[in-house]
Amino acid sequence: MKYIDAEQVQKKLGSRLVLNNLAKRLFFLATLVGLVVLVILFYRVVTDSIGWIDFDFLTSKLSTDAERAGIMGAISGTFWLMLVVAPITFILGVGTAIYLEEYAKKGRFQAFIQINISNLAGVPSIVFGLLGLTVFVRGLGMGAVVLAGGLTMALLVLPVVVVSAQEAIRAVPQFLRDASYGMGATKWQTIKNVVLPAALPGILTGVILALSRAIGETAPLVVLGIPALLLPLPDGIFDKFTVMPLQIYYWTIDAALVAEYANLAAATIVVLLVLLFLMNSVAIIIRNKFQKRY
Amino acid sequence: MDKSKSKDRDKNVSIRKMIEENKQSVSFTNIVELLIPKILLVIAVISILTTAGILITLLAETIEFFKVVPFIDFFTGTILKPLGDNAQFGVLPLLMGTLMSSVIAMIVAIPIGLMTAIYLSEYASEKVRRVVKPILEILAGIPTIVYGFFALTFVTPILRAIIPGLDPTNILSPGIVMGIMIIPMVASLSEDALSAVPNAMREGALGLGATKLEVTWKVVVPAAISGIVASFVLGISRAIGETMIVTIASGSSKNFSFDLTQSMQTMTAYIVEVTGGDAPAGSTLYYSLYAVAMTLFVFTLIMNLIAQYISRKFREEY
Repeated sequence: MKYIDAEQVQKKLGSRLVLNNLAKRLFFLATLVGLVVLVILFYRVVTDSIGWIDFDFLTSKLSTDAERAGIMGAISGTFWLMLVVAPITFILGVGTAIYLEEYAKKGRFQAFIQINISNLAGVPSIVFGLLGLTVFVRGLGMGAVVLAGGLTMALLVLPVVVVSAQEAIRAVPQFLRDASYGMGATKWQTIKNVVLPAALPGILTGVILALSRAIGETAPLVVLGIPALLLPLPDGIFDKFTVMPLQIYYWTIDAALVAEYANLAAATIVVLLVLLFLMNSVAIIIRNKFQKRY
Repeated sequence: MDKSKSKDRDKNVSIRKMIEENKQSVSFTNIVELLIPKILLVIAVISILTTAGILITLLAETIEFFKVVPFIDFFTGTILKPLGDNAQFGVLPLLMGTLMSSVIAMIVAIPIGLMTAIYLSEYASEKVRRVVKPILEILAGIPTIVYGFFALTFVTPILRAIIPGLDPTNILSPGIVMGIMIIPMVASLSEDALSAVPNAMREGALGLGATKLEVTWKVVVPAAISGIVASFVLGISRAIGETMIVTIASGSSKNFSFDLTQSMQTMTAYIVEVTGGDAPAGSTLYYSLYAVAMTLFVFTLIMNLIAQYISRKFREEY
């Protein structure tokens, strides 16, 4: 009895190999799609913004006159927003992570918090905007100020910080903790002096990535009712503000009225992308430079 | 003198006794040790409060909405006309807009994302991977507002040159751009699933004379299918919740049709439109915001739960 018909196999082999080669090229082409789009997107935005980004653009206030308009207000608004978001997400995110990794008993409650966090990560950002509108802007009567926006954003990016902080804390080897206990340190002393310093690079990377998400997020702030045209610069966390993504949004939809607004939007996008690129570079440097492998 | 005295005393105190004393004394360290877990617990509970806050705000106002507009009318109404005398609140046009944009997005994201994942996991050399993966991360990190700008000012004009009857704002262009936005997510999650398949399985199939494509398609992909499908479902969830791209590029017509060339509004874009228009609190228009948001929330939650269920239930451990 013949198990393998060599002739049959030989006949089919040709087409199988051709198909194999075709598939390989196809997979490669599909991978190129993402890269090509990225190049086109950058090219498009940069060519649209040429001649529009200069020192005046960065330091002027908003204006309906496209030639005179600048994004000083949006830049300072973004700055103030980060000043609120950074400490709140850091404390809430790292606190939650320490609780889950070091203190919580493995059980239903811990699993519940964990599932809750992964579900929060999947809630559309615009729903967080409605939460902020209902609770902070209207419920607590803050109005569309920096603090209300910052609290909303902090809750939005909280899952990112919690998950990355958890991973960083989990990566700290047990023997470091054991050594600390062996020296007579208490649990909190061990966490404060041994675990957190060892986990800090990972935690910081997560916080920076969360902040870069918050900087680019638009939808929740639109829902909070940030005005389209705002002239005074924010001076504190109880002032009204605008941020770069919102400025891009309003200029993009108004480009139907004034064509130059599209250039202003593109110029703001370039500034925003440069800022994001810098933040991500810092995160990568921290990850590579200070992360210890045990 | 003092020194020698304390030395004498030290000799008499056993370590065991010192530990006992230490345990009994209510020192600052001990108080901190007791307080810290409680403080951390309060912090951890904030994440639960956030979910509760979302549910309560959405539910409370949604109930108000259904006091005015019957439940059946909302979910079967094909006309959404929130302003004017004969205001009608049917959510179907918004569901249709969301469905259309998500389907277009997934038609783009699923094949390209999966093929990218296969290339990276099965074919690419370490060198290529080191270049491509960061680029995909950059693509994933670009704010959605930038994609919205790109859809309206670049993709729409190109599409209009190809398809004559295309409206200046339409659902096709944001759908495609949204798909591109989701590619990195599908690619990276699917690649994780593919890479987790042990090499022994590939070698076994190769040893039987299978080509690389056959190994990939008949062995590796089926073995990783739970992770791959979960990535698709998460992608859909992302598409449903995406806001800025559709708001910018798809306009605000509340059309109930299958016509891709028309302007359509998604649930998310409706929320943006109504909040941007400063709906007076207490009006039906204002409450409709929450009813739509609740629908959106339920849809994405179901998608996320399905994804979690798939990846937990059907995962094969090797």
